[in-house]
Amino acid sequence: MTTIQDPPAAAAVPAVATAVAAGTATPNRQGGDPGPVGRRTWWGAAFAAPHSIGLVVFTAFPIIASLVVSFMNWPTLGARSFAGIENYARLFADPVFRTVTLNTALFVVLYVPLNLVVSLGLAAWLTPRIAGRHVFRVLFFIPTITPIVANVVVWRMLYQPGGAIDATLQSTVGVHAPNFLADEHWAMLAIVAMSVWQGFGYNMLIFSAALDAVPENQIEASQLDGANAWQTFWAIKFPLISPSVFFATMMTLITSFQVFVQPFVLTKGGPGTATETLVQYIYNTGFQNQQLGLASAGAWVLFVIILGITAVQFLGQKRWVHYE
Amino acid sequence: MSEAVRGGLATTSNRSVNPRAVARTKTAPRPGRVRHAIGYALLCLVALLFVSPLVYMVATSLKPADQVFTTPPTLWGRSLEWSNYVQAFTYLPFARFILNGVFVAAVGTAINVAVAVLSGYAFSRLRWRGRNTVFMLFLVTLMIPQDVLVIPMYVMMQGFGWVDTFQALIIPWAFTALGAFLIRQFFLTVPQELDDAARVDGAGPVRTFFSVMMPLARPTMAVLAVFSFISYWNSFLWPLVVVNDVEAHGTIPLGLQQFFGQQGSEWNLVMAASVISMLPTVILLVLLQKHLVKGIVTSGLGGR
Repeated sequence: MTTIQDPPAAAAVPAVATAVAAGTATPNRQGGDPGPVGRRTWWGAAFAAPHSIGLVVFTAFPIIASLVVSFMNWPTLGARSFAGIENYARLFADPVFRTVTLNTALFVVLYVPLNLVVSLGLAAWLTPRIAGRHVFRVLFFIPTITPIVANVVVWRMLYQPGGAIDATLQSTVGVHAPNFLADEHWAMLAIVAMSVWQGFGYNMLIFSAALDAVPENQIEASQLDGANAWQTFWAIKFPLISPSVFFATMMTLITSFQVFVQPFVLTKGGPGTATETLVQYIYNTGFQNQQLGLASAGAWVLFVIILGITAVQFLGQKRWVHYE
Repeated sequence: MSEAVRGGLATTSNRSVNPRAVARTKTAPRPGRVRHAIGYALLCLVALLFVSPLVYMVATSLKPADQVFTTPPTLWGRSLEWSNYVQAFTYLPFARFILNGVFVAAVGTAINVAVAVLSGYAFSRLRWRGRNTVFMLFLVTLMIPQDVLVIPMYVMMQGFGWVDTFQALIIPWAFTALGAFLIRQFFLTVPQELDDAARVDGAGPVRTFFSVMMPLARPTMAVLAVFSFISYWNSFLWPLVVVNDVEAHGTIPLGLQQFFGQQGSEWNLVMAASVISMLPTVILLVLLQKHLVKGIVTSGLGGR
């Protein structure tokens, strides 16, 4: 539920975000609104109550509580006290926190564009004319819905000295592969490569479906005009699927800032702190060092970063996203 | 930007008299087919490269321990060691992890779908004061990353005395607003005449819901259920945080990580355990691929 791959969290959010972006809680499709016939009753509130109460108790309350905790000394066990902004001051003075923030940013900068290019490229490649296209789709989708821990463990073995990559290089080219996970220059790249492999299937599916919805006559028209496949893609298809691209970008950005399992299982954040990410820092601070106040402050910094990025995305979308 | 796009189009159409384009359409058939074949072969190669880690995983899970690392790498060892799977099950209580995982995922999914179908109905087909506001608030909760909730949730679990229990694994994440959204999207496509007919027959909102609406929503509920189940099944960070006694309450990913920590050098066993953990979701995916794709796409953007 907390990993980059979570299908449900990722699944419907694009449409959710459409609703938010368009500012319409009720996009009137067919029949949705009971109209003037149905009278307002309390039944609606009653039906919505169990879910609402659950969300208040398990989402609204904790998020507010975490803000409060972030301003306190809050050991896992023992006396709690008010700390003011001390936790935040400590965070920003901590060189490790700076490192993990930069590591996370580096991951995001490498991972997000790669994921989008691969998923968009393959979605464009897998046109309906490709035989056995749904087989390819299912194949590319497998790692996104299988337990990420299992996928990461497999890659751990591939990256291992003597593992598949190293052995292949030795027997074909005759050189040793770098020790990917123990080398600080390679470790992050190795994590990014694994993450792209694991995660692009979801975006590919979204793009693939969006491309299928592009009207055939528009494509034909552009082909009659002599546009080649590349030109048709960028002039016709891309603008039409830009809302999908926008939300995929946003979701991928949001989830990539929360990267945790891949470095945690591949490298434990190492070598040194070369691949430690923000979420691992929060985890270590909260559950290894038992400083829940400090960890909450770290979580809020992450939250604010994510909110900031989301806001920038929404502001920037006008420049390239086309809604019909 | 749309002007720019149209401008770009205009330029391409100006070039449409370009003899190259005409020549290509005339001589198209053969080079086109060859190119298509090459393209297809390339695609198969990409797919093969893509699945190679998974193939390697399955192959390694069946190798004898001393043949896991060989140069050059081989796909099969001397013999197929099916006993690796038995060992994976006996070294750590993997059967227990599977049972735990199924239990947690099934109960969580049931709650998730039940509350979502109720609220999805309320948000789409009933009129009540504050409906749109509450729905917007539901959407807002989706913006909160779950990693940010982990710390306060843990503190809450301490307060409830729920640390290291099944309810701690299940309840906190059973109320995601996503389900309400999915179900609501579905109900918005159901014609109003059905409600009217039910009302004429004298059915109130409760009877309309149980005898008309909920049966209609079954396919959407199924899609939501599958996604919810997979999400619970794969979840790692929260179990890592809230479970102390892995043998009692551990789910598959947590068990796998433990197993990996202890058996890190026995790669064939680790790979067997990984295969076991992946099987249920792969089976779900293969069986239900059409519905899953539809679920993603209709709840996503494909329908526009």
